[in-house]
Amino acid sequence: MVDSHDRSPVRSARSGDIAVIYASDYLNKLSGERIERECRAHLGAGCRALVVDFKNTGLVNSIGVSIMLGVIDAAERAHAPLVFSNVNSQAAQLFEILGLTLHASLADDEHAALRMLSEVNVAQPRRVPVGKHT
Amino acid sequence: MSDQTTKLIHAFSALADLGEELADTRDFEEMVRTTLHVVLGALGVRRGAVAEYMQGDDTLRIVAAWGLGDDAPATLTFAAASAEMLSAPHPRALSLSESDQLELVQHQLGDTLVATLGELRLQLVVPLVVHKKFVGFILLGDKATDEEFTLYEREVVRTMARHIGVGIFNHRLLREVEQRAEESRGLYDNLRTIYRDTVRAFAAAIDCKDKYTQGHSERVGKYSEIIAREMGWSEEQVEGIAVAGYLHDIGKLVVERDIINAPYKIDAKQSSELNRHPAAGYEILAPIRHPYADIPLMAKYHHERIDGRGYPEGLTGDQIPPGAKIVSVADSFDAMTTDRTYKRRKVFTEVVEDFRKNAGKQFAPEVLAALCRAMLKEVNGETKERVIIKLLGKGYLEPEECRPLLVELIAELESGVSLAAAQ
Ligand SMILES: [Fe+2]
Repeated sequence: MVDSHDRSPVRSARSGDIAVIYASDYLNKLSGERIERECRAHLGAGCRALVVDFKNTGLVNSIGVSIMLGVIDAAERAHAPLVFSNVNSQAAQLFEILGLTLHASLADDEHAALRMLSEVNVAQPRRVPVGKHT
Repeated sequence: MSDQTTKLIHAFSALADLGEELADTRDFEEMVRTTLHVVLGALGVRRGAVAEYMQGDDTLRIVAAWGLGDDAPATLTFAAASAEMLSAPHPRALSLSESDQLELVQHQLGDTLVATLGELRLQLVVPLVVHKKFVGFILLGDKATDEEFTLYEREVVRTMARHIGVGIFNHRLLREVEQRAEESRGLYDNLRTIYRDTVRAFAAAIDCKDKYTQGHSERVGKYSEIIAREMGWSEEQVEGIAVAGYLHDIGKLVVERDIINAPYKIDAKQSSELNRHPAAGYEILAPIRHPYADIPLMAKYHHERIDGRGYPEGLTGDQIPPGAKIVSVADSFDAMTTDRTYKRRKVFTEVVEDFRKNAGKQFAPEVLAALCRAMLKEVNGETKERVIIKLLGKGYLEPEECRPLLVELIAELESGVSLAAAQ
């Protein structure tokens, strides 16, 4: 499933100093590393928080989990809070079992994620209060 | 679904993914990188690397890394003794975080490596061993849950490590095979160069014996090459026929020097002695393993004639190997266009007449036609190099004079060729 030739850009948007990155269906392949690179690029460009949106992502496999652990690492190195939005229930259970939710919060959708982050004083706490996904 | 079941299914499907990734051999680095993701993602490990042991320079090359930051080293030092120690089948995972194991781990990995791994926050070291050979490590950091690796998780990693080890092993094997192929290709090229130099030396030796035909063998080689190329032979075949041209008279080495250098037309007895040279050449060349096909046969039959009046066997038409037909024309063309002991060379119009008279008798018309086309191309300036013009010497081929002669002769020969082909 090597797909280095797939070079289409990862979609992302800025909402103030928060970046929203759309995981789309890149996540479960090596090309998912671009999601992590996109996150690091936004953090490098001065973003203070990240949202990764899973709206168009189906199942998350082991590669997807690893990529998200990389995003968590990048966010923690930059002391930026991280929220995953639109995570389906299966993926949410997996993230919880494997400990990803200890490092990133879950939000129902992108708006909820942005709201959550705007309420946080990011200068001090590294982590957003974890909102349990339903 | 219970958490335990979800976890099991996740790890299990990761193993299935791993198989698929390892079967993909398009790009080794990408394959390893993907498998690293599979391992990390299967157990929720935050950072890790796959290191390949580079035997010979005692290093571990980090083939893939994730979560180690930008400053992660590309290689780690590693003692050969450690590699030996780790070469037992079904190796255990070594934990740097368990104090009771630390002494053993330090003994097996060496203090330097243990310290570096500590700095990189890598705590579980899984040796990759295939056929009792240590090929590398999977290095894992802490889990996102911050919990210790369970026995079951270590088992999962070991299973994955076996697969990844085989993947690396196979890749290495492939790389070695490719390298060997490259080496033998180099060796082969070398052999060819040596062979060609030897052939040249031989040709010089042949021509040395015959003071009036100095450079004859080399010229015959060059004419043969040009004709074969014009006839659409492959480059490999063209190289072969050049060699045949160089060596066609090698049999003269066993013919008495006096006969070869006789300053007069030789008598019948001497002639039959001289006529031994093609067969003698075959005897010399046949036992040698040439990198090209049919070289001995081209030497043997370069004095055969299409009409069967040649020697040594009196073969006719297509009984004569195509290469021998070419060498024959090249040989005669050079004989006609260079001064000999007993006669001066022919002028170009005489050569054309000779070709016309002997086409289909002494010479194969399609070979003559190819030589004429090659000459015409050089005269018309259509070729990069003007080999024939240079070999014949300045002024021999006067464009205005020879162009119409060549055009006419080519047309005749080619119509004859097509007539012959239609018969
Ligand atoms: Fe000869």
